[in-house]
Amino acid sequence: MKITVGQDKCCGAGTCVLLAPDVFDQRDEDGIVVLLDEAPPAELHSLVHEAASVCPAAAIAVSS
Amino acid sequence: MTLIVGASAAGLATAEALRRKGYTDPLTILGAEPHLPYDRPPLSKQVLSGSWEPAKAQLRSAEALAALDASLVLGDPAVHLDVAERAVHTASGRVLKAENIVLATGLRPRTLPGQPTLRTLDDALALRGDLLKCSRAVVVGDGVLGAEIAATARQMGVQVTLAGPQQAPMALQLGPVVAGLLGDLHTSHGVELRLGAAVTGVEESGVRLETGEVLPADLVVVAFGSAPATEWLRDSGLRLDNGIVCDSRCRAAEGIYAAGDVARWHHETLGTSVRLENRTNATEQAIAVAGNILGADEPYTPVPYFWTDQFDAKIHVHGFIGPDVSIVEGSTAERRFVARYHRDGELVGVLGWNMPKQARLHRQEITRSCRATVAASAPGGA
Repeated sequence: MKITVGQDKCCGAGTCVLLAPDVFDQRDEDGIVVLLDEAPPAELHSLVHEAASVCPAAAIAVSS
Repeated sequence: MTLIVGASAAGLATAEALRRKGYTDPLTILGAEPHLPYDRPPLSKQVLSGSWEPAKAQLRSAEALAALDASLVLGDPAVHLDVAERAVHTASGRVLKAENIVLATGLRPRTLPGQPTLRTLDDALALRGDLLKCSRAVVVGDGVLGAEIAATARQMGVQVTLAGPQQAPMALQLGPVVAGLLGDLHTSHGVELRLGAAVTGVEESGVRLETGEVLPADLVVVAFGSAPATEWLRDSGLRLDNGIVCDSRCRAAEGIYAAGDVARWHHETLGTSVRLENRTNATEQAIAVAGNILGADEPYTPVPYFWTDQFDAKIHVHGFIGPDVSIVEGSTAERRFVARYHRDGELVGVLGWNMPKQARLHRQEITRSCRATVAASAPGGA
């Protein structure tokens, strides 16, 4: 799994952090997404896909 | 086979959630517009201002859409639903039958004949062209969309007047305190506010208010609300009441579900029926619908959330704006704060102004206490 985040698209909702806090975080100053783990373990893949789908700014892309 | 009517955020998210949850039957997504699924919140901001190419607002790459293994039928609006046959008839004469049908047709903006509005990508590009040519614009509508268009137009160098009946922009969505600050923000950037008076008409020279005043304009942008796009369902037999009326599982009839702006469903935690016009609801409700199609039989009970970006302000709202407000982090003076909203002593909402992460961290507490809130209305944002 390869995750990419578009920080210029991110709106700072934090939906991804709510779903997968081991993979995503937000910058303290402006809430923009920070990718903590570019290649998370298999047990997190389903949550990462959900985070990408639910992101209200379509800022997360996942490829296998 | 599942047919999803609507190819925007809610429709696409339904398809994605079905696949993620293991659904292997054929999927069809029917869209009224000719474009590949695109996102709407950037339309009034980055697309309107020109800082994004329209393609950047696309929701998914071609690769991601292909991986979805869904048939995309675009540019063909649905015109009739046959509930008994579970079939959708389209403008071009197609008849699409499915075991499950998801209605995600979104909103139709209220319009004034001959005046531009903004709902679709084509609307945004046309409005951008109009703004580039105009010298003085009046935006009619003091809700989220009107305030965002006014801010973007002002940043494009246009003289802008924002008109609407409320005392401050987005007063309904933000409450009086923060709406007042938003009004100040607009004023400080040179937007002229003409609020607190209803617009009675558009004339050759501008916009007439109920006070008799005429606001001069060579462009009038209409952003005073929208209605659920349900006119095509009028003869379907489905119950329509400011949206498609659904049970707590977002089900309108056997095998027929609704998601996103168009759905009014019974929110079990709030104990009332709710329709949310915001971007996050589109995807969250879509995921709930996908689960229920696959037999989850779970109620959909979200904490509402929306955000808006205007000038340098990023405003995030979780839950509901209650009557009692307290600033718990930062300060309004430095234009960076978190406000918590209580009703009858219970935390019902949190608002962040340029503090998205900090606001989000309060969200869990709302989840616990939202029960106390009566959601008379839950107006939208992005």
